Amino acid sequence: MESFLQQVVSGLATGGIYAALALALVMIYHSTNHLNFAQGEMAMFSTYISWSLINAGVPYWIAFFATLVIAFAGGVVIERLIIRWVEDAPVLTVVIVFIGLLMIFNSVAGWIYSYDIKVFPSPFPDQPIQIGTLYLGPHDVGAIAVTLIVLAILFLFFRYTSLGLAMRAAAENPESSRLVGIRVGRMLGMGWGLAALIGAVAGMMVAPIVFLDPNMMAGILIYAFAGAMFGGISSPGGAVFGGFFLGVTENLAGSYIPFIGNELKLSVALVIIVVVLLVRPSGIFGKVTVSRV
Amino acid sequence: MSALLQISGLEAQYGLTKVLHGVDCRVEEGGITTILGANGAGKTTLLRAVCGMVKTSGSILYAGQRIDGKATEDIVRLGIGHVPEGRGTFVALTVEENLRLGAYTRKEKNKVAQDYERVHRYFPVLLQRRQQQAGTLSGGEQQMLAIARALMLGPKLLLLDEPSFGLAPIVVLEIFEIMRTVNQEEGVSMLVVEQNASLALNLADHAYVLETGRIVLDGPAEEIRGDDAVRRSYIGY
Ligand SMILES: Nc1ncnc2c1ncn2[C@@H]1O[C@H](COP(=O)(O)OP(=O)(O)OP(=O)(O)O)[C@@H](O)[C@H]1O
Ligand SMILES: [Mg+2]
Repeated sequence: MESFLQQVVSGLATGGIYAALALALVMIYHSTNHLNFAQGEMAMFSTYISWSLINAGVPYWIAFFATLVIAFAGGVVIERLIIRWVEDAPVLTVVIVFIGLLMIFNSVAGWIYSYDIKVFPSPFPDQPIQIGTLYLGPHDVGAIAVTLIVLAILFLFFRYTSLGLAMRAAAENPESSRLVGIRVGRMLGMGWGLAALIGAVAGMMVAPIVFLDPNMMAGILIYAFAGAMFGGISSPGGAVFGGFFLGVTENLAGSYIPFIGNELKLSVALVIIVVVLLVRPSGIFGKVTVSRV
Repeated sequence: MSALLQISGLEAQYGLTKVLHGVDCRVEEGGITTILGANGAGKTTLLRAVCGMVKTSGSILYAGQRIDGKATEDIVRLGIGHVPEGRGTFVALTVEENLRLGAYTRKEKNKVAQDYERVHRYFPVLLQRRQQQAGTLSGGEQQMLAIARALMLGPKLLLLDEPSFGLAPIVVLEIFEIMRTVNQEEGVSMLVVEQNASLALNLADHAYVLETGRIVLDGPAEEIRGDDAVRRSYIGY
């Protein structure tokens, strides 16, 4: 039982990271109708920035928040400088731009920091957290807490503030948004900023587990895609659920189904998702938006 | 009376195709002007031009100030509410959120709250549907929502693009009655594009007939309504 709970908790920790990145993907998807393949590399690059800051002697949490600010600004700049010009471009153009961004971030990171694997610190204490006879990894628990806090803040922001509402409106219907006075370009820029910020959180939380290197996010991005599709690419809450679900399933399948082990656990998760999507193409929580003409 | 909106020599184009060829028209302060015309005449384009949503030349004066060339978001801030063709509903948002967005640019919380109550007096059904996803409303309800959203701006000028389109006659009458009330009691001026000429001529004080991008007839609505020959040859009823 204890080991089961431990597996669940560590599944939730990685799941939270998939969930965060899945949410970032959903946000961009809402405004561009495309999956941002560069989301993972943007997160990776942000993580390198915080690594540089920490290495330069900046205390962890200051580096953490400074990175969030830098990531946000970077996201805004990418949208305003590049993405706005391909807003109405054909699908393939957008895909190429996203892949181009991915390759640029990847190679610039490799060029600045080299492809050597680096250790990235965890801000949480080393001692396992003991609850009765249950021992939990401190970084797992901390990462879950950080992701949940970030997700909760975002939820409150989008649900209850007028800026959050304007951002949702701008992503859904730019023309009507302009007609009520929303500065749509700014909102889309902020959307990219927030997505980059969430990605940065995911990067900094996962780096102590997978170590830091320019390709660290490749696998994680696939999970995030899968999680988003599973929960429903049209539903932020669904994507978050999908991410957590995937993390837990992957971990449990890896430990309890003997022939699967570590090597096949990714495949198991993906098989489950394919099956779900065959039955419900819009994902578990994906709402088929009703609109009358 | 002085003109709240004065359009002179307006030309508009999509790419290389010119669709307005030197249109002159005006809306009086507190008045209702209607633009009649067949499909493709350029009525929607004219309204979009006022809101800075198409490329134009010529001049558009609003309250004595040039607004052509300004960004849509800035034009809206001057108090021009637009009920667009197709209603422009935020389908994934709730009815209440749609209305809150209407007041997005306004700072005075009290007045916004008053207007919120006011639009619900006009359209009580929106209060019942408050938490419902706006895309699930009926066509008539969405048209009401679009008008209510524009009223949440507290506009001085309201642009309405075929408010009767696709609605049951009884709903149309209701909506036009409310437009009249808004105009008379709150002094909101209106520029109404319509294909339903008899309805529009009853509401408006001045009418223009637009044909393939040109004004071919204009005059007091009453006169046009009363002149059978003119009506038959230009409006066809
Ligand atoms: N986005 C666009 N791109 C190119 N041409 C357009 C565009 N929108 C309208 N047009 C053309 O401009 C002309 C005028 O269109 P507009 O929509 O203003 O007409 P309308 O009078 O509103 O017609 P309706 O009564 O059908 O709404 C039409 O010939 C139309 O084909
Ligand atoms: Mg039209």
